[in-house]
Parts: sequence; structure tokens; C-alpha cells
Amino acid sequence: MDELDRIPDQTVIPWSVAFSVSWGSLRRRFFRSLITMAGVILAIAFLTYMLVTDDVTNALILVNQDQLNILLQKADVDIIAATGTDKRMMLLIGLSLFTCLVGIINSMLMSVTERIREIGTMKCLGALSTFILKIYFIESALQGVIGTLIGLLVGFVVGFGISVHSFHGYVWQYLPVVEILKSLGISAVIGALISVVAAIAPAQWASAKEPVDAMRVEQ
Amino acid sequence: MTSEPIIRTVNISKIYKIGEEELYALRDVSLEIRRNEYVSIMGPSGSGKSTFFNMVGALDKPSKGDVFMAGYRLTDLSPSQLAWVRCHNIGYVFQSFNLIPTMTALENVAIARIFSGRTPSEARKDAAEALGQVGLSDRLEHVPGALSGGQQQRVAIARAIVNKPSIILADEPTGNLDLHTGEEIIKLLSDMKTNFGITIITATHDTKMLSASDTVVWIKDGRVDRVAARSDVKIEVGSIDGSTLA
Repeated sequence: MDELDRIPDQTVIPWSVAFSVSWGSLRRRFFRSLITMAGVILAIAFLTYMLVTDDVTNALILVNQDQLNILLQKADVDIIAATGTDKRMMLLIGLSLFTCLVGIINSMLMSVTERIREIGTMKCLGALSTFILKIYFIESALQGVIGTLIGLLVGFVVGFGISVHSFHGYVWQYLPVVEILKSLGISAVIGALISVVAAIAPAQWASAKEPVDAMRVEQ
Repeated sequence: MTSEPIIRTVNISKIYKIGEEELYALRDVSLEIRRNEYVSIMGPSGSGKSTFFNMVGALDKPSKGDVFMAGYRLTDLSPSQLAWVRCHNIGYVFQSFNLIPTMTALENVAIARIFSGRTPSEARKDAAEALGQVGLSDRLEHVPGALSGGQQQRVAIARAIVNKPSIILADEPTGNLDLHTGEEIIKLLSDMKTNFGITIITATHDTKMLSASDTVVWIKDGRVDRVAARSDVKIEVGSIDGSTLA
């Protein structure tokens, strides 16, 4: 420090290093991460399930075959009204997604509170706020993305399984491949959006912690 | 520049506002700490000791006055420059070790080296060397939970020295350790001063720490109550607490 004309700016740590720190933290707090992810998994699974079953029933309604219509009525499908997603159902889906968003934010904020000392310590070691922002953002987004992928798989398998169980071979015969792929895409985009939005607030809160917080907090 | 003390505080005050009232945690404290000095800051809880410690450690800014480190006024520095100073010039050792529980001993030390701009593989190599210097070469892959208190504090010291700082700030470093382990940690800090010329600043209640100190600073009610060389302290404390420093 003595021989310097000017104190340099601190080195900016690349995203790749931040990623490995976040991944290590997620891996070692596996059960905690799983609980945070559970919210995303359930919400995205529910959304995917609703969309996929809706696609299948809509495709079967359009076939308009007597035997199939009996099967649809047995499965409580309103053949006349069900051409288009039910508004109440959309509200339910929206609410479940909102609950998931609040859940993941809450869970990540708790995780930041638990780790105030850890954040303060990193800042004492020379971490910039942007590094803290990066690791919490990656951690939160990773949980969202992995949760979304699992949710997609679960929702699709359950939705498709129930459809096959109710409508037997007709599902395969009139499989709405494009619609199902579109629905999976919608679920994936919504899951990704939730993950990113939920990651921003906790990451910003974490990065605003001061190094002196490392000293202040009692164990 | 070498005649410049490594740390100089000029009339620093820290004021907290509680409603209408102003509470002085520190009041006009001026102090100089020389290079390669071992300074113990003593004082009861609430004396302003920790506040002072945070100021000289570039962790907090004074409400009034200035802190100079190697001639640089800390209040002039940007957050990024302050982070550089914390990373390259100061090693922190905490009472409760503050290791990251999900990282191994090696990773805990390496992360500090990564912040100084080294690649992860270079950082791991330097971290292994620092852990060797504190006698923990055989504990590299242990997580903090699998280490004893003394070993955890050694990891923290390895982390503090890995970037070859000129100052180590140790906040009650023996506070959570038994007598024997505490003495080992004090000796290790003392060795860092002797072998690497590092200035050691500790905040402490522990009279054992005084035996290794060059200078003792008492803080009371937010002011420097007294500054004394270790030899003078020995006589006085000895008369109060005879066996502690023998």
C-alpha cells in the first residue's frame, strides 16, 4: 500500500467463479434448497398439469365422436363450455404462481438473514457488493430453474397419465403434440420469469449488507 | 513514507442518533499505531472499543474526524478502493471465527485469495501454503464443523495472512477458546508479527493477550483512557491480578 500512488479499484470477480461458489452452497445446503425449490416445483407442476390436460381434452372434444363424448362426460368435462380455458381455473393458476413467487422470495430472504455474518465476512475479505449480488442471484435463479424443470416433468407426467387413464387409446390417436409443446414452453417461460423476479430482491438485499455486519451479529 | 504510522486516527467521533438525542460511541479519539507493533485495545463492553476497532479496520466510517492508513485518508476512498484495502492490506480474525460453514478449510482460505484477483487454482495453491504455515496441512478438506475451535481460528488466521497483509485485526480472537488453545493462538499471532512484520491490532478482554503486546490502549466511555507500553502494564495489572501475566 505504501508504494502506491493511488489505491486501485478492487478486482471484479467473474460470473464463473460466482457460479461455482453458489453451486457449492446449494449442494451443501441440499435439503434447505429442496424446500425452496418445492414451492416452484408444485406451482409449475400444477400449471403444466392444467395446461396439458386442457390441451388433450380440447383436442378430444373437437373429434366429436359418440363413444369419446361419453368418456368425456364421464370425466366431468363440459363438452360445450370447455372449448377454451376456464377463467376461474386461470385465476387459480395465477394465484398458485403468485404464492410460489412469494414463497421463494420469503425463503431466500430468510436465507440471507441467516447468512448476514457470512456476507459481512466476505466483504471483510474484499468482496464487492456486485459479487454478493451475483452469488445470491445465481443461487436463487438456479433453484428456480431446477424447480421449474422438475415441475414441468412432474406436471406433464401426471397430466398425461391421468388423460390416458380417462380416455385410453384416444389420447394417442388424437395427440395434440404442438399444443402440448406450446404449453410446456409457456410453463417453462413462466417458471423462468418467477425464478428471476424472485431472485432480484433477496440478492439486492444481501449485497447491501455492510462488512461491519460480520462483527455485529451474535451467533 | 516509512516514518508515517501505519494507522493514525485524528479526532474521530462516532455519533448515533436515538430520536432527538445524540449518543457518542467514540469522542475525539486520536491515536497512532506504528508498523510492526502489537497493540491490544482493552475496554469493557460498551466502551467504544469495538466501534474504534471497526474504524481502524476500514469497516465503518467515523461521523467526524479522519482515519489514515499508510498515509491514505480512508474517507477519501471509494467503496471499491475500500474493498481493495480490506482485501490486500488487512487480515481479519473474529471471535467466532466467521468461517463459511459450507466451505472446506482450503476453500475458506482460497476465497480470500480469489478476491485478490488470483485464479481459483492459484488461490488453492496459496491457501494450502497458508494453512501449512498455521500447522493445518492435514486438515485442508475438513469443513469448519469437523474442526476444533482452535483449528477453526487457525484457518481464520491462514485466511487473514493469505493475501500478505500489513495489518491483522483480531477481535477477541481468544474469546471462544480455552486457556491453552487461546495461548497457542496468541503465540501464532505474535509469530506473524515477528516472521512477516505484520502489525497486529487486537480488541480484547483477555489479560493473557497483554503479554504479547507492545502497546496497550484502554478505551473508556468512548475516549482513549490510557496508552501504555507493555512493561508498564505488567506492574500495574500484576498488582491487581497477580498471576495472570506471570
